[in-house]
Amino acid sequence: MKIIVDQDKCVASGQCVTAAVDVFDQRDEDGIVVLLNDNPPEDLAADVHQAAAVCPALAIVVED
Amino acid sequence: MTDGDEIVDYPIPPVNAIQPPAEWERLRQRCPVAHVRLPSGDQATLLTRYDDVKQVLADPRFTRTADDAARVSESGGVFNSEMASSLPQSGAAHQRWRRRITKWFTAKRMIALRPGIEAMADRLVDEMIKQGSPADLKASLGFPLPVWVICDLLGVPESDRDRFAYWSDTLLNLTRYEQAEIDSAQAEFVAYMAGHIAARREAPGADLLSELITGTDAAGERMTDRMLVSTGMGLLVAGHETTANMIGKMLAMLLADRGHWEALLADPALVRTAVEETLRYDANPGFGMIRYLSEEVEVSGGVLPAGTTAVCSMGSANRDEAAFEDAAELDLSRSPNVHLSFGAGPHSCIGQPLARLELQVTLEVLLRRLPTLELAVAAADLRPVEGLAVGGLREVPVKW
Repeated sequence: MKIIVDQDKCVASGQCVTAAVDVFDQRDEDGIVVLLNDNPPEDLAADVHQAAAVCPALAIVVED
Repeated sequence: MTDGDEIVDYPIPPVNAIQPPAEWERLRQRCPVAHVRLPSGDQATLLTRYDDVKQVLADPRFTRTADDAARVSESGGVFNSEMASSLPQSGAAHQRWRRRITKWFTAKRMIALRPGIEAMADRLVDEMIKQGSPADLKASLGFPLPVWVICDLLGVPESDRDRFAYWSDTLLNLTRYEQAEIDSAQAEFVAYMAGHIAARREAPGADLLSELITGTDAAGERMTDRMLVSTGMGLLVAGHETTANMIGKMLAMLLADRGHWEALLADPALVRTAVEETLRYDANPGFGMIRYLSEEVEVSGGVLPAGTTAVCSMGSANRDEAAFEDAAELDLSRSPNVHLSFGAGPHSCIGQPLARLELQVTLEVLLRRLPTLELAVAAADLRPVEGLAVGGLREVPVKW
C-alpha cells in the first residue's frame, strides 16, 4: 500500500484523522494533512481506504 | 440538455420532513442538466446527479460569484452582501484566508471542544425538561446551541448570545424579513463587531477572533477590520442556522421511525454514522450551492457552456441510487458515507468538523437524558421552513 496526500488540495476537514489516526495527522498551524506513515501495515488498509473515500477535497490517493 | 425547453421553478418546494421532492428523481433520470428560473427571475442550470454535482463543486476553477452570474433573489440577502466582496473568493488568497480558520477546526481541537459543547447541550436540555413536555426541540436546543458555540469561538460574552441569534436569523433569511430589517440587522451586527474587534485588539483572549486580529497568514499579511467583520459574519451565518436546522431535522428523521431511535439507544456507538446518514438523507437541505462556470465543462448530463450559473443540488445528489446503495433507505451504519451535504473541493464547508461535533453531542445528550423521547406530532405534519437559503423544519414538537 502506498499513500499520497496533496497538501495543496487539502481543506482540513479532519475526516482522515478520524478514520485513521495512526496514519494521518494535521499541522497545528492550519489543520492541513500530515502523512505519518505512507506505507502502513495491511491491518490499517480498511481505515486508510475509508479516509481516502471520505476526504471532501479528494486529496488522498491510495495505491495498493 | 433534455426535455427541450422546459423551465423548472427553483427552489423546488419541499414535501415534508422525510420525503424528498419527487422532482429530484425525475430530473436525475430524465433531465440531469435542467433549466431553472430563480426567484430573481434569472435563469440558471440545475445539476441533480451525484457525479455532476461533485465534479462541479470540486473544480477549483469555479466560484460562487461573478458579475454576470444569475442572482438568487432580488435583494440577494447574504449572497450579495459585503461578506462576499471583502473576503478572497478563490485561488491562493482564499486558501491563505481559509487556513487561518481551519487551524481552529482540527480533529484535536474538536476533541478539546467536546466537553464544553456537551455542557451547553446539557444545560439547554435541563431547561427544556424544567419547562416540561411537550417542547419544541428546535427552539429549545437546536437554535441556541450553535449560536452559543459560535459566540464562544468569537469571544462574544454570554449576555450577547440572543442578539447574535437574532442577527443570524435575519441575515440568512431571504423571505421572512423585510429588506429594511435585513439591512438594519446587518448594520447592527457590523457596528457590534467593530466595537468587539477593537476591544479584543486591546485585550486579546483565547478565541479565534483574537488570534485572527493578532496573527498573520502564511504570506505574513494581517486581516483588515473589514475582513475580520466579514469573517465573523461568515462564521455566524454559515454555522448557525444551518446547524440549528440540521439538529431539528436529524431528530425528526431519527424519531419518525422509532426503530431508529431504539437502535441508537441499544448501541450508542452508532451515533457517528447515524449523524452522517441524516446529513445524507436530508429531504429539506435548502437551496444548494451555486457555481459560476468561467469555462465550458462537460458533465455526465451534457456540456455546460462558459457563463453558466450552475445550481448544485446536494440534496438530490445524496439520494442518487448511482452513488448510494438503497439510497431511499435510512441506514444508521452506512459507511463509507460520502455525502455532499458539506460540499466538496476547495470551498467545502469550513466548519464541517464543528457541525459534526455539535450534531453528535446533541444526539448523545438526548439519548442519555431523554431515552423516551418521541415526536409529539406525525412526522408528515412537520412543516418545512419557507426561508430560501437554508432548509429546515419550522418546529420539531417532542414529548418524553
